[in-house]
Amino acid sequence: MLTRTLVLAAVLLLPGPALAATGVPLERAGNDVHNVASLQRGARNFVNYCLGCHSAQFVRWNRVAADLGIPEAALQQNLMFAGGKPFDVIQSAMPPGQATIWLGHAPPDLSLIARSRGTDYVFTYLKSFYADPARPNGINNRVLANTAMPHVLWPLQGLAQPKFRLVTVNGRTEQHLVGLEPGEPGELGTEEFDAFVRDTVNFLDYMGEPVKAKRESLGIWVILFLLAFWLMAWLLKREYWKDVR
Amino acid sequence: MAKGASSAAAGGTMKALVAWIDERFPLTQMWNEHIAQYYAPKNFNVWYYFGSLALFVLVMQIVTGIFLTMNYKPSAAEAFASVEYIMRDVEWGWLIRYLHSTGASAFFLLVYLHMFRAMLYGSYRKPRELLWIFGMLIYLCLMGEAFFGYLLPWGNMSYWGAQVIVSLFGTLPVIGSGLVEWIRGDFYISDITLNRFFALHVIALPLVLVFLVLAHILALHEVGSNNPDGIEIKDRKGSDGVPLDGIPFHPYYTVKDIMGLAFFLILFCAVVFFAPSFGGLFLEAPNFEPANPLQTPEHIAPIWYFTPFYAMLRAVPAFFGTQVWGVLVMGGAIVLLFFLPWLDRSPVKSIRYRGPIYKIALAVFVVWFAVLGYCGFMPAVQPYKALSVMGTVYYFAFLLLMPWYTSIDSHKPAPQRVTYHAH
Repeated sequence: MLTRTLVLAAVLLLPGPALAATGVPLERAGNDVHNVASLQRGARNFVNYCLGCHSAQFVRWNRVAADLGIPEAALQQNLMFAGGKPFDVIQSAMPPGQATIWLGHAPPDLSLIARSRGTDYVFTYLKSFYADPARPNGINNRVLANTAMPHVLWPLQGLAQPKFRLVTVNGRTEQHLVGLEPGEPGELGTEEFDAFVRDTVNFLDYMGEPVKAKRESLGIWVILFLLAFWLMAWLLKREYWKDVR
Repeated sequence: MAKGASSAAAGGTMKALVAWIDERFPLTQMWNEHIAQYYAPKNFNVWYYFGSLALFVLVMQIVTGIFLTMNYKPSAAEAFASVEYIMRDVEWGWLIRYLHSTGASAFFLLVYLHMFRAMLYGSYRKPRELLWIFGMLIYLCLMGEAFFGYLLPWGNMSYWGAQVIVSLFGTLPVIGSGLVEWIRGDFYISDITLNRFFALHVIALPLVLVFLVLAHILALHEVGSNNPDGIEIKDRKGSDGVPLDGIPFHPYYTVKDIMGLAFFLILFCAVVFFAPSFGGLFLEAPNFEPANPLQTPEHIAPIWYFTPFYAMLRAVPAFFGTQVWGVLVMGGAIVLLFFLPWLDRSPVKSIRYRGPIYKIALAVFVVWFAVLGYCGFMPAVQPYKALSVMGTVYYFAFLLLMPWYTSIDSHKPAPQRVTYHAH
């Protein structure tokens, strides 16, 4: 009976393909926080493409440097363009009040974005910008419709074009966005661009929980210790229980 | 030689110290009554680990909680950032926080299994009714503790979860809206609410919880433990007055429970170190965004251990212009459990000797409880709405019809002595 319950629970809880709120299937980010080289590239991408508008107010620069094996001199020279002290938190130079005027929406802090939205979401979001003349900045996003964020990675990805299908709903014909197709090409090929976004998402994942890689490496030793402890506890129990008839 | 002599001398000093204490405090007496000469049935199976494990988790929650309190700031302006400070800047803070957050879910899992054990073997039956009631009070207290604690990280799910649950009291006629205001201490969930929930979470309820656990254990040791055969080992005693099927809790169950603890810790630490969010089940994704009174999360779902009751709440439609019926049903679902010792009329306690009706009824109950738990997660749409209604109906039928179906059910005679095969 217990087995049946567990099987039922497992079947019910098995995750189907994740969907964004707009119903767009999310691509798997497939990033790995143990990959330090990828994290370093991600930090570079973050500084070059995100930091202009987004902060990460819970993350300290010197923590990033220590975790990613970046010497402090290199940190200050190559990442901390706006100056400041190594123990400062990552703060964008854009004043939030101005941001609201310019974009209609203050850019969210990115410290925890990978935890609150999930890495797959961010990965797919960053890849889903497309040309939309109806929008003030000519850009829309398939994952987050009418996003205030401009297509920052345009020079790298190029600009995708929307694919529409005409659907008749209640006698009215509507245009439904069913996918994107390559438009004007960017500097990077599709695979290169995917790798670029993956590194960036990896860094966001790292920032969401800086201890993640250490936690997992440590966890293996904890489990091994507990297995040994359990074995000894079992032998001890067996010895005592020999008396019980 | 010399070493043996010195350790004998140390033993002598130790004995003298214990004797000194015993003249002033019943140390040896308590040790014997509750541990060394507490006779527990020798046939405990795997279901009997969960009580001691729950006690372990309670202690762990208190200890990790104390350390969290050292760095947490119970203010709306600082709470969210202070939790991230614990996760990032406090030495081992992340581990303390994950032990605490995973511990909360583990506590409920263990308590649910512990309660289910009582249903399997009739552990709530006479003379253990009060033991069961203390246990139910612990469960109630734990729900309050979890609810107040869930607001403290001040994430957006914390905020809206509290908003939903507190407004349930608003459905009560006449006093509703005043009561909600009194609970929140404000016109909305605010800094004031956070502050009082903090006080309730870190001192009021833990204090009650510890006293209830003490009462639970004292009641247990007064009547003695039940066992998988559901018979009283005290009915058959040897010439020395010790139950024939009883063994001293120490060392037999202390070593056995340590083994169980080791096994539990393997699973527990696997979660803590490899999946502390547990796919959004233990730590919900929207809670990594700070509380925002202006933006509701896309989908508000309570944490997993509350979802069966949340599904029952939503299963009941509003009529006579009020939602209070759902709240009453949810409350009734918990209150009814208190009466389990009197609802069950079977002549035997253990499921081993009960007839098919109870066995099937209990199995179906488990399935429906799990389905309700799943529905509580999902948005209130079909088929979850219909399933919630069916689950709720079954839940109540299972309990309310119990006096009837347990008295007409067949049974096998319970044995005189416990079933035990030496290993």
